[in-house]
Amino acid sequence: MSKISRRKMIVTGLGATVGVAGLGVAARLARKYGLVPPDDGGIYGPGETLTYASMRLLTRHSMAREFSRSQISQRPLANEIAPFGEEFKRHMAARFVDWRLVVDGMVDKPASFSVDQLKTYPSHTQITETVCEEGWSYVAEWNGVQLSHILNLVGAHPQAKYVFYFSIEPDWWDSVDMADAMHPQTFITYGMNGDNLPVGYGGPLRLKVPRQLGYKSVKFVNRLIVSDDAKKFGKGLGSISPEQGYAWYAGI
Amino acid sequence: MSTLESAQLQQSAVPSVETDAGTATVPLRHSALVRITHWITTICFLALLVTGAEIVVSHPRFYWGETGTVLTEPWLKIPIPSSRRLVPSGYGYVLPDQNGWSRALHFQSAWVLVLVGLLYLVAGFLNGHFRKDLLPRRDDLSWRSVVGVITRHVRLKPPTEKAAWSYNVLQRLTYVVVIFVLFPLMIWTGLALSPAFDSAVPATVNLLGGRQSARTLHFLLSVALVIFVLVHIALVWRAGFVSRVRAMITGKAIPRKEGL
Repeated sequence: MSKISRRKMIVTGLGATVGVAGLGVAARLARKYGLVPPDDGGIYGPGETLTYASMRLLTRHSMAREFSRSQISQRPLANEIAPFGEEFKRHMAARFVDWRLVVDGMVDKPASFSVDQLKTYPSHTQITETVCEEGWSYVAEWNGVQLSHILNLVGAHPQAKYVFYFSIEPDWWDSVDMADAMHPQTFITYGMNGDNLPVGYGGPLRLKVPRQLGYKSVKFVNRLIVSDDAKKFGKGLGSISPEQGYAWYAGI
Repeated sequence: MSTLESAQLQQSAVPSVETDAGTATVPLRHSALVRITHWITTICFLALLVTGAEIVVSHPRFYWGETGTVLTEPWLKIPIPSSRRLVPSGYGYVLPDQNGWSRALHFQSAWVLVLVGLLYLVAGFLNGHFRKDLLPRRDDLSWRSVVGVITRHVRLKPPTEKAAWSYNVLQRLTYVVVIFVLFPLMIWTGLALSPAFDSAVPATVNLLGGRQSARTLHFLLSVALVIFVLVHIALVWRAGFVSRVRAMITGKAIPRKEGL
């Protein structure tokens, strides 16, 4: 009896030591290579980190599925949103002629773009699926300008880690890491199914991240901030979503 | 002693512990790895079930194909209230949104379950657990043998001593289906719901016939697993709940004393 328990104790002790040391090394490496999400704390931190790290390694350059025109949903769905604020209503009444997308933070040339100005840049069109965390989904054709194009125009600094984006509506902001920000399918949309982007779908401007769930694609975007520190925004969790219980990384 | 001896002969490859007497050995009914992975899986399964059901509440409608919304005719509508105003549930109220923590716990439990499952799979292949304990014996894979087991069950006859100490052909087939078919399909259909994973491996969702088909299959598989768990618990109850649960915790079982 004692022989077995001594051997067991030694094996268990060694195993535990190796395990803890291994976890420590893994955590340090993960941080070094940008595999730890801003919302890595709390009891669900390990799960969020495992998911983000795996997906970051697996999907850095992969493309969201694109569909044929015949697969575009006949009846897309505009999810419910909070009542519009006064500022948005004024812009809507003026048909968004004064809407500006302000870009600053870690950039060489801070800039501000009107919707018409954005339309003069090379346009990007994609037929992708919008996927809600609740389970429903629809396919639509979107067009706009790639976020990478804007980031190159303003000269985003190479040491930047995140692009934060803000809605004109209060408490609605999010961020993506640079891998998603520079991804060819991440873009600022101003059109949907051959028309201007309807207000219900986030018009005049919505930042679409098709490789993540719908809540990552913030509506009514009027501000981008390039940053190397998620701690500077809100509670430092990368977006408002973790403050409301939802994951920052929504690729699952 | 004859019971013990026959049990030992039959289970000679099973790890054994020394008893207090120090001489005679009693075979372990379940190895330590099986016991630990069984209970971790139990906890994860419960967490996944509760949180999965919670997530369904935000959209208790199921579709086939690629897309589906509240504007689409569902294939299956579960008659429960919803946590989203847009869902026409027929109830006059909207439940509070619990999806945040439900999703976080769902994925964290899935991670633990997958990692523990991999450990179980690798060990099970290496130490012969699957071959010895779970794969049906060749001579048992006949209609007569299967029908015989079903007849015994239907007549509510207690198992023979030999059968009580091992798994019969029906049990073996069921465990094989759960471990090698249902769980892998569950993981596959779950991964198909990840837009990022689909971008890396589009076949994950395309082979299932689209995103909504994957979600519907994920749900139906969970129903199948719940049915398995209910039957599993019922049969453990019938075989002697306390002794069987004790065996799954301590590994030890004394065949003669079991309440058969």
